[in-house]
Amino acid sequence: MPSELIRQYMRIDHLPHIWCAGCGNGVLTRDVAVAIDELCHDPEHPIAREKVVIVSGIGCSSRAAGYLDFNSIHTTHGRAIAFATGIKLANPGLTVIVVTGDGDCSAIGGNHLIHAARRNVDMTVVVYNNNIYGMTGGQYSPTTPRGDLATTAPYGVIDRPFDIAGLAAGAGASLTARGDTYHVRETIDLIKKGIRHKGFSLIDCYSVCPTYYGRKNRKGDAVEMLTRQKENGVRPEAYSALSEEDRVGKYVIGTLTHSNYPEFTAEYQKMIDKAMAGRAEA
Amino acid sequence: MGKTVLMQGNEACVEGAIAAGMRFYAGYPITPSTEIAEGCAARLPQVGGHFIQMEDELGSMAAVIGASAAGVKSMTATSGPGFSLMQENIGYACLAEIPCVIVDVQRSGPSTGLATAPSQGDYQQARWGTHGDHPMIAISPASVAETYRLSIRCFNLSEKYRTPVIFLMDEIVGHMREGIEIPEPDSYPVWNRRVAGNDGAYKFVYRVPEGQWVPGLKPFGAGERYNMTGLVHDYSGFPTNSNEVAQQEITRLMEKVLKNKDDIVQIQEYAMDDAEYAVVAYGGTTRAAMEAVRSAREAGIRAGLWRPVTVWPYPDERLQERLPQLKGILMVEHNYGQMLREVQRAAAGSVPIDFIGRINGTVIPPEEILKKLREVSRHAK
Repeated sequence: MPSELIRQYMRIDHLPHIWCAGCGNGVLTRDVAVAIDELCHDPEHPIAREKVVIVSGIGCSSRAAGYLDFNSIHTTHGRAIAFATGIKLANPGLTVIVVTGDGDCSAIGGNHLIHAARRNVDMTVVVYNNNIYGMTGGQYSPTTPRGDLATTAPYGVIDRPFDIAGLAAGAGASLTARGDTYHVRETIDLIKKGIRHKGFSLIDCYSVCPTYYGRKNRKGDAVEMLTRQKENGVRPEAYSALSEEDRVGKYVIGTLTHSNYPEFTAEYQKMIDKAMAGRAEA
Repeated sequence: MGKTVLMQGNEACVEGAIAAGMRFYAGYPITPSTEIAEGCAARLPQVGGHFIQMEDELGSMAAVIGASAAGVKSMTATSGPGFSLMQENIGYACLAEIPCVIVDVQRSGPSTGLATAPSQGDYQQARWGTHGDHPMIAISPASVAETYRLSIRCFNLSEKYRTPVIFLMDEIVGHMREGIEIPEPDSYPVWNRRVAGNDGAYKFVYRVPEGQWVPGLKPFGAGERYNMTGLVHDYSGFPTNSNEVAQQEITRLMEKVLKNKDDIVQIQEYAMDDAEYAVVAYGGTTRAAMEAVRSAREAGIRAGLWRPVTVWPYPDERLQERLPQLKGILMVEHNYGQMLREVQRAAAGSVPIDFIGRINGTVIPPEEILKKLREVSRHAK
């Protein structure tokens, strides 16, 4: 029996989903739904469900748009953030959430990612980062760790991986954070923070792909992979207390960078007001 | 009477689009289309619209589709290299049925080519640039005044048939400057997409109402939650692997254009009533062809101009109406023979066809067309 949350926010006639047993994407999709649900029920500043638009690209992650019962658009590979930019500018009143994967947003879509971050268009990008191209059968992605195996890296990856949150922060994203599939409550709160944030926010969520990435690299089953996230994902305070040596393999679960840089559509509205006033006077 | 102004083709494209209700533009700078981006950057905020300079043409086309899905008439403009980059998402707009206008101010190719030189080398790309079978409407203007009017028409057809429309301009028309009379707003129709008809939430969003060719399109955020995808989808907007639905839906996409050619196709004819020789030209080559036809008439050659204004779908039937009276066709275009193929196909061997093309970045002068007409007519006698 589906839970009340699933009944309310998932398109149950399109379930079961296509993800493999043990895939982290279902957990992250639930996190997105809970985050929106909690914001819709915020007693002081509720967001409107009908104004939420979920935008996705192509890949395992991007199937989430079809399962989530909101306005949703499943776009082309790598272009979700660019579609989202058009949607947000056309109607700044919409709450735009992009669901994307590590390959979708940082390989083929890398250019859109850094420029949307730079512009600071108000949207929340939730990256389902599973270190692999799952949909096409396990090729290495820009976040596959060096030395790991993939179907297109039979002797190990020699590329240096991207830190997607760090990439977005470097490009000017005004909020970046990291969640994962194990730390559910923290990740929900980070997605909520991203949606509330007026500007470009990116929540880099480590997912697990036991089918391709895990199996190929002897990372164990889904439970083992999640257990590793439990051990390695630490809160910012705990992380800063660790010695350099103890930080190896560990990562921060929480907000990474945050600024109040002016948001694009708000700035654009000022320009419209000025231009239209100029016309009225003339 | 509207007021008369001196205007460039690219500027007329912007003004026509705004008159049609365009309120979102995303693009990337490229010669010879750049004045369209510059015009939109200046003009859109004045009418409450948005302009954004994207990081590339892939993103531009994506943003245009996104904005249209959110309910705003949207446009981008580019030239050959950028047009190539837009093709994947043009296909998305075809399949998901999102109205939008893509302006291609053609320049000489292939690749970076002769970057500022005139060409009509994207004619076939406009039809077949994106992968898979898909419908396409493309319109090619021949003057600044026409650019204004046809820019409006591109939006109208796009909204009516829920499909991307290519405004196939070229460097000649884009950079041409002439006095035009701005039409009064009530002198042309403005078509807005049908939004009604998809009540009943996401489950029926792509259901085509009786007697219509396309479903209504409700903007995101207007109260219904539905899904759009570039996967083949059924009436609910969700992906399907049904071969039957795929057959039915792709057929509908093709036929919504092909079965409405009477509405979509426009041609221009000059001195065709008693013509024995038809000069076929379009876009930026039209005027040279027209001039050559006038001179030919003075020289006693019964020539006429036959020009597709709608260049896709191809006006086969309209050309075929003229075939019985013709002794010959002279195709004139700035490429290696792209529309020539369509003329040959439509004429199906019934009339001899000659060709003048140009691939070196220069224009075809009227004298050259006249010379060929003299040769052709002498031959026939």
